Amino acid sequence: MSDFLTQFAPALPEIFVLAMVSLILVIDAAVDDSKRYIAYVLSLATLAGAAFLTMNDFSTMPVLALNGLFIDDPLSDVLKLFLYLTVATVLVYSRDYLRTRGLYKGEFFVLALFALLGMMVMVSASHFLTLYLGLELLSLSLYAMVALQRDSGVASEAAMKYFVLGALASGMLLYGMSMIYGVTGSLALADIAQNLSDGTDLRIPLVFGIVFIVAGLAFKLGAVPFHMWVPDVYHGAPTAVTLLIGSAPKIAAFAFVVRILGQGLESQASEWRDMLVILAVLSMAVGNIAAIAQTNLKRMLAYSTISHMGFMLLGILAGSQNGYSSAMFYVLVYALMSLGGFGMILLLSRAGFEADKLEDFKGLNRRSPWLAFLMLLLMFSMAGVPPTVGFYAKLSVLQAVVGIGYVWLAVAAVLFSLIGAFYYLRIVKLMYFDTPHDTSPIAASPDTRIIMSANGLAVLALGILPQPLMAVCVYAIGASF
Amino acid sequence: MFGQSILSLVIWVPILAGVAVLATGSDRNATLARWIALAGALLGLAVAIPLVTGFDTGTSAMQFVEKATWIPAFNIHYHLGVDGISMPLILLNSFITVLVVIAGWRVIQDKVAQYMAAFLIMSGLINGVFASLDGILFYVFFEGMLIPLYLIVGVWGGPNRVYAAFKFFLYTLLGSLLMLVSMIYLYFQSGGSFDIQTWHTTTLGMTAQTLMFFAFLLAFGVKVPMWPVHTWLPDAHVEAPTGGSVVLAAITLKVGAYGFLRFILPILPDASAEYAWFVIALSLIAVAYIGLVALAQSDMKKLIAYSSIAHMGFVTLGFFMFSPLGVEGGLVQMISHGFVSAALFLCIGVMYDRLHSRQIKDYGGLVNRMPLFAAFFMLFAMANAGLPATSGFVGEFMVIMAAAKVNFWFAFVAATTLILGAAYTLWMYKRVVFGEVTNPRVEELTDINAREILLLGVLAVCVLAMGLYPKPFTDIMHVSVVDLLAHVAQSKLP
Repeated sequence: MSDFLTQFAPALPEIFVLAMVSLILVIDAAVDDSKRYIAYVLSLATLAGAAFLTMNDFSTMPVLALNGLFIDDPLSDVLKLFLYLTVATVLVYSRDYLRTRGLYKGEFFVLALFALLGMMVMVSASHFLTLYLGLELLSLSLYAMVALQRDSGVASEAAMKYFVLGALASGMLLYGMSMIYGVTGSLALADIAQNLSDGTDLRIPLVFGIVFIVAGLAFKLGAVPFHMWVPDVYHGAPTAVTLLIGSAPKIAAFAFVVRILGQGLESQASEWRDMLVILAVLSMAVGNIAAIAQTNLKRMLAYSTISHMGFMLLGILAGSQNGYSSAMFYVLVYALMSLGGFGMILLLSRAGFEADKLEDFKGLNRRSPWLAFLMLLLMFSMAGVPPTVGFYAKLSVLQAVVGIGYVWLAVAAVLFSLIGAFYYLRIVKLMYFDTPHDTSPIAASPDTRIIMSANGLAVLALGILPQPLMAVCVYAIGASF
Repeated sequence: MFGQSILSLVIWVPILAGVAVLATGSDRNATLARWIALAGALLGLAVAIPLVTGFDTGTSAMQFVEKATWIPAFNIHYHLGVDGISMPLILLNSFITVLVVIAGWRVIQDKVAQYMAAFLIMSGLINGVFASLDGILFYVFFEGMLIPLYLIVGVWGGPNRVYAAFKFFLYTLLGSLLMLVSMIYLYFQSGGSFDIQTWHTTTLGMTAQTLMFFAFLLAFGVKVPMWPVHTWLPDAHVEAPTGGSVVLAAITLKVGAYGFLRFILPILPDASAEYAWFVIALSLIAVAYIGLVALAQSDMKKLIAYSSIAHMGFVTLGFFMFSPLGVEGGLVQMISHGFVSAALFLCIGVMYDRLHSRQIKDYGGLVNRMPLFAAFFMLFAMANAGLPATSGFVGEFMVIMAAAKVNFWFAFVAATTLILGAAYTLWMYKRVVFGEVTNPRVEELTDINAREILLLGVLAVCVLAMGLYPKPFTDIMHVSVVDLLAHVAQSKLP
């Protein structure tokens, strides 16, 4: 009996979140509209509780559980802590926005927590089945969240596109996984890695499998040429949902990619590296160039996400612990910047007004110098200009790429980031050089302002002292591989 | 008490003062913001004084060194130190910052706190550029200074400010990013170090040196700026406020030239020798061709901007003569140009504040209404033309001498600046200051006030002192320059 229970112990945070989501679902069904804050508070409490459980049971070395389906290692624990933090920030930023749009309901919180549960399963999966299970739980929650605003045509269209393309990607991924299963006879990542490093005669099915898996991963990451859904979904979804889609799932997707490619298929790095090079270069090119043409900030940030994912892939394709930890650093920094960028749209929005067009940022420096300054930090960070943390994210992936001798790739990357700098600078230009055409006061509540300040200043503080976060990444990767 | 951390103070005092200025908030507290800014700038200059008094001119080693671990993951250090090459530049920067704060005292009425803070923060960052001995630390300061400068040009600039700000930022970013890749490459070649002095002794193959040479050349060449990547400078100058122009000309251009001495020559000596002809050619084009371009300008600020490019051509020319005379001449020219260009832009600022025009044709006969100003302007115009006894002469003469030893024709083309410089500067001076008063508004002008006399007077003293007795300056540089050249003479090929 006790043996049966102890094998669930590493999954305690997941079990806790699941129990709490069910509880919130029940409670929210029983309360009237004036008490919706109960779901909000309980959701934050769930995140705090999960963080406590994860910290309490922090594993310094990999522990396999549930018959090898589930792994609890430093990488998963660290990433989970960042997931909690990210989702909590999303909830705080979203509250006022949801309230003024009639979306302040239990469904939003329940779906957000289910998405979180899916991400937690993804980062802790050591088996193709759990990876897929986590991914689908995340995706299905997000499809529903995009369509949460039922009477919005744009949102429904976005949800439809997201669902169809997401399902296609899942299918490709599954197909690839089945190929790998055919070659190695196992679905557990450790067995696959062992089996492949011994060598195999089945090269063609193996390479086919890798191609499908990489294509599926690229779909989920939004890497070019599998990126078509990204701008539409980011643009069409309610901004609070865009904030969620644009931040936490990228962290989970990083874990997903590293688990499959870095742990399961590491011996085949020569096969997937070239594929990732193409994906990375195309993503950086298309993301940065297409972003210039956007007039909607959400779309612009969507293209910027594509280019950032291209940069993150640079770290992964470099392989080895150095490359993975630099990619991890990049993705955590990206999540921080993305939270700030989309959070700023939420902060400036108010009842009946979406601050998602570029001209809505005109003259922000006159309306609120402090918010303008925070946005300035976020934009320069996304552009990779020191002394903001975005620079070190770029530096770490670039050194990983140069380290494996791909200097030309580093040169291409910096040239595309130069193009990218243009549209980030344009936001700063709008805020500082232009005069406002919208002079109504900014209606953000004090707690969102405080979190936004912390978010923006974190970009600067980590830019002056990046070592702690880098050390965490190096440790998490080093202790898990 | 702070004896061990003078360089940190020189960097952080202006930055913290800038933050304090920002904290004063809106324009209601503008007076307070101005005074805090002045106090910060003066304090920044005061903490830089020990760099001169405690400087040992007998050694080429780095002095006032500070070293602390910063990012152990990549072996990056907070490593500061100065030698005879960088110390005078730090002092120049701290000094110019005080002038800039005073120059903006009355003129800037909009967002005063942000204006002053941007200059102070930039001043600290530029000091950081000159004091960094770690590649990434250098890069952080080098790039970080773009942010305040971008805002200065874009927020307080003229009608075409947005174009100028973007052009300036993207041009310089292009060079910097390629330099960043080079630095990462050096990190691996040197066995995992971002230490600049370690790079000085890292062996490098010719192909790598060549590629990196052009990457660094682009990064620093854009900042200098060298022909043909100079086109951002006239745009940025014309649209920048007076203070912005002063800092651009007096300081940021020196950052590019400094990069040649700290990075290109010592890290890539073989490529530098191989492609010296290329840099020399570009420099001579800058001297002669840009001098002719300056002659054709009708906007005073543009004229001085082109004159800056021509003068900076002298600096790079001097560096690639590979002789103490040439390098020291280039350095003297850098400092001198810092004083002279700052003074000329302040002079134009004085006129612009009164008439709101930078066009030469709107002036004429200024001497009738502003005799004192005309006298100061005369001195600085002469210095710009390289008249003996002014600082402008010393550097140019040294570089021409060094060039004559290498090749007569280098010296010949370089010497055309003495003619062209005199032509465009004095011709402008004649059209603005002498002649009949044609514009009725010139009739109503008043002479410079005490604040302006102070600004121009201090610079006049500097220009004359350096012109009459340059030895203290060259003494500071000499040992470091000789050591640098000894280093450059050694091949680093494997």
